[in-house]
Amino acid sequence: MAYGSKVLDHYENPRNVGSFDKADPTIGTGMVGAPACGDVMRLQIRVNEQGVIEEARFKTYGCGSAIASSSLLTEWVKGKTLEEAGQIKNTDIAEELALPPVKIHCSVLAEDAIKAAIADYRKKTGKDENVNAA
Amino acid sequence: MRKPIYLDYSATTPVDPRVAEVMCRYLTMEGNFGNPASRSHAFGWEAEKAVERARGEVAALINADPKEIVWTSGATESDNLALKGAARFYQAKGRHIVTVKTEHKAILDTARQLEREGFEVTYLEPEPNGLLDLGKLEAALRKDTILVSVMHVNNEIGVIQDLAAISRIVKPRGILLHSDAAQSAGKIPIDVAALGVDLLSLSAHKVYGPKGIGALYVRRKPRVRLEAQMHGGGHERGMRSGTLATHQIVGMGEAFRLAREEMETEAARLKGLRARLLEGLSDIEEVYVNGDLEHRIPGNLNISFNFIEGESLIMALKELAVSSGSACTSASLEPSYVLRALGRNDELAHSSIRFTMGRFTTEEDVEYTIRLLHDKIGRLRELSPLWEMYKDGVDLNSVQWAAH
Repeated sequence: MAYGSKVLDHYENPRNVGSFDKADPTIGTGMVGAPACGDVMRLQIRVNEQGVIEEARFKTYGCGSAIASSSLLTEWVKGKTLEEAGQIKNTDIAEELALPPVKIHCSVLAEDAIKAAIADYRKKTGKDENVNAA
Repeated sequence: MRKPIYLDYSATTPVDPRVAEVMCRYLTMEGNFGNPASRSHAFGWEAEKAVERARGEVAALINADPKEIVWTSGATESDNLALKGAARFYQAKGRHIVTVKTEHKAILDTARQLEREGFEVTYLEPEPNGLLDLGKLEAALRKDTILVSVMHVNNEIGVIQDLAAISRIVKPRGILLHSDAAQSAGKIPIDVAALGVDLLSLSAHKVYGPKGIGALYVRRKPRVRLEAQMHGGGHERGMRSGTLATHQIVGMGEAFRLAREEMETEAARLKGLRARLLEGLSDIEEVYVNGDLEHRIPGNLNISFNFIEGESLIMALKELAVSSGSACTSASLEPSYVLRALGRNDELAHSSIRFTMGRFTTEEDVEYTIRLLHDKIGRLRELSPLWEMYKDGVDLNSVQWAAH
């Protein structure tokens, strides 16, 4: 299938590929998808004491759109507070990358990934209720 | 932009220039454009002669009598005519059909249609190497079984079913045997007498002929009857009406003639290329060949690169024209049903690439492919969380996946 130029750019030059130490308390890890569905996305965020995402890393098993969605996501979440990052919508990602309808699920997966990473960080730091209340 | 290297010969082949040249002679006023059914003038007679010559060439490739060849629009139509035609004609005898889960959709979708019409179909599961267990076939046959359809060569993994052995089980019970030979014609020898098939589907465009033309072999001794699916004029002894496409037919005839002459040397050459491709990739970790390597047509190599999703690999291989067993391009997200039927796990089914080489594939093409794959596999695995988990010794089957 033909890909849009933004998907191709992220696919060919993926941003922020890599891993953080899962055990590090400042790291939140979200892994979503399943090999059976043909895509697995892992997003990790490093959060500072002010609750701002300083860095993000990803690894994705999946099609070009899935890789591009997660690569774009790492750029978008950097510098955002957890609350701001949690409000990123899959439709924003799909629109930015001009994903065709059959690839919308890739952007949904990316939204799930950041939500899962935030939840993981909050669970680790026990700041669950705090941040929800904020 | 430079054109990619074509390694998708099982999808279609380019028309051989020698074939195209012959076809051009049957189109214009200067050429032989007549309707082969016209009995009243030389235009018709000449066209009919050309059609019958081509029929002879197609018959010769499979050791059939020319009278047993019925022209169709391609293997899909041949499969439809064979299955629906035989099922509807012989339904008073029984309404049970046996086929295999790894068949082409032209068979599976036709079988589904027959099920809607009240026929019963058994879909056999092949063994992990893609071949049919003859014991399972025998066990599936019933008193009311009228037809067995088993493809000669699988389009995805290239494995060759033992039709002669299948026939020995099916024929003594008075059951008809059909085979889709779209992927075997011109690649391996076919002898309908020795194989004992009653109906055999053929396509021109997999054999360096044009698209839009095919044939169905229909055995005459003992005579196999079919209910026509296309009416109007009684062409092809009433089995398939419609004005014959002379230029397409002579193209198929010439393509099959060339295949007959060159098959042996070409098969040996392709076998060498495939061995080189496989050898060149064998130093990459976690690479799996799908389907039996021995009982396989020479030009096919279907490989799973574990922990890399097929579609993204194809994207990385844009210098190559290959196909993926992963159907992520469709909304279904289903991996190859053929690989699933072999019992391949989801990761491997999603990670497969089909390389099919043919008449115009060179050694340089293969060497380039090997280098490119080494380069891209490493890069994509760096991106893959599954690869990282594998390297860390995580058992992927033990992970609780958040399926979506």
